[in-house]
Amino acid sequence: MNDALDVTLRLLVVFVVFLTFPLIVGQTEHKVMAHMQGRLGPMYAGGFHGWAQLVADGVKFAQKEDVVPADADRRIFQLAPAVALLPYLLVLLAVPVGPGEGAVGQVVDAGVFFVLAVMGVGVLGSLMAGWSSANKFSLLGGLRTAAQLLAYELPMLLTAASVAMAAGTVSLVGILDAFEWWWLPWQIVGAVVFFVAGLAELQRPPFDMPVADSEIIFGAYTEYTGLRFALFLLAEYAGIVVLCGLTTVLFLGGWHGPWGADGLGWVWTLLKAAVLAFVVIWLRVTYPRLREDQLQKLSWTLLVPLSLAQIALTGIVKVVIQ
Amino acid sequence: MTPAATVGHLTASAYPTTTAAGSHGFLSPTGVEIAFLLVGLVTFGAAVITVTTRQLVHAALWLVVALGGLAVEYLLLTAEFIAWVQVLIYVGAVVVLILFGLMLTRAPIGRSPDADSGNRWAALTVAVASAAALVWVVVDAFRTTWIDLDGPAAGSTAVTGASLFQNWVLPFEALSVLLLAALVGAIVLSRKVKAARAGEAPRAGTRAAGAPESPSRAARTSESPSRAARTSESGASRSASSHPGDSRTDGAR
Repeated sequence: MNDALDVTLRLLVVFVVFLTFPLIVGQTEHKVMAHMQGRLGPMYAGGFHGWAQLVADGVKFAQKEDVVPADADRRIFQLAPAVALLPYLLVLLAVPVGPGEGAVGQVVDAGVFFVLAVMGVGVLGSLMAGWSSANKFSLLGGLRTAAQLLAYELPMLLTAASVAMAAGTVSLVGILDAFEWWWLPWQIVGAVVFFVAGLAELQRPPFDMPVADSEIIFGAYTEYTGLRFALFLLAEYAGIVVLCGLTTVLFLGGWHGPWGADGLGWVWTLLKAAVLAFVVIWLRVTYPRLREDQLQKLSWTLLVPLSLAQIALTGIVKVVIQ
Repeated sequence: MTPAATVGHLTASAYPTTTAAGSHGFLSPTGVEIAFLLVGLVTFGAAVITVTTRQLVHAALWLVVALGGLAVEYLLLTAEFIAWVQVLIYVGAVVVLILFGLMLTRAPIGRSPDADSGNRWAALTVAVASAAALVWVVVDAFRTTWIDLDGPAAGSTAVTGASLFQNWVLPFEALSVLLLAALVGAIVLSRKVKAARAGEAPRAGTRAAGAPESPSRAARTSESPSRAARTSESGASRSASSHPGDSRTDGAR
């Protein structure tokens, strides 16, 4: 196939995934939460189960006035949603969904480092929003975001390093090629730590101290309205897609499946990621929000030691089986 | 010098290299070289703005541009691993730490009149001297070394790792010990301060939480009631339905 056409096609597919999957997760969240909490929610828009409510929400966001507070730092305030959203698009480029080089947007040699580095950049968007809003609640939200990122980046990186040690490569494609089924019990602690730390980095409940709508009024996003606010929401759901995809690729074997992996690898990837996304929603419905000090304590006294133990275990097993 | 940059120096010598004599003309720019130059200019400009702007948080954000530009330069030199580590450590952690520190202490919107230092000329002299020393050392060390941009990636993770842990393992470990010492030192310092503070005033530590609002911002807010009033007027007249509250309640939350 023509090279330029190939690249364009890949970018297009990744872009479409980036536009649709977060919305699908969002819609699923509405419905799953409604069922779990025994509440009806909007059921009329569009007919069956209120499927068009998401479209209506989008139209509503687009119609709202885009307000910038008088004392805000105008340019940074307006730039922040883009900084929050775009890194996830870049990360999606590097996540392989199937075997071979045909099923990934762009093969990145140091894939693990690439995805974690770029995901960290997205948090800058929340920091910029929190600072530039000229609002004390927003500033508190920004502070909490920064503290949370600093605490949870480390366990995430350490557990990802554990998988990289096991596979002997930091390329996401290479890690999947080296995957064996017994990695699952071997790396299970790392998987849990990675997933929990990822949830915290996305500021999802129960780790949503930085947005905490009932105490600091949505933190960094207090002053945002209309489309810019919608972009922050979209960033959160894109983050869920990216986190679930990464956990699938790093710890759950991605396109490997118990049977029928030929040609159907991408189905396995999507299935595993979808189950994880369901767990993300489930956790939001189930657990109350942690307090700020509990949040820090969980990371520094539990997740970091656990991930270090996982690295030690990985190293020992790796040396023994060689 | 920064750890990532040091790693960059260490690995540079492991690139498969050719001498300048034969295949490379001195002034025959290729696309990559032009891109390198342009990104370099952007990086330099961002760095200059970082140290000259009067707005503290803007300085931190321009630092993001400068460090990101540096990462792109690494990429253009095929040092992919170093580039992503640069983004991970500097943009993802160091700048976030700087922003955290600024927000915790003072981060006024607008100019900080006291952001100037009397030491600016001394600082400029030291900066120019250290830059000159670094440029001289690097130019002298790699004068005849060329990176083959078309061949296999010379800065891939495998190559970097091999050279780091085979040829340069002693400096690497020495650096680790240095970082460990810094870590231990930081903990010792913070514990001493805490103990001293606990001795004189039991609840003194909690004051920091109330500090983010800086005096200068409070002054600005009280100075500009007319601007605020104007905005709220126009907001109310343009769209009666845009209460900030309802966008949150009927959205996903």
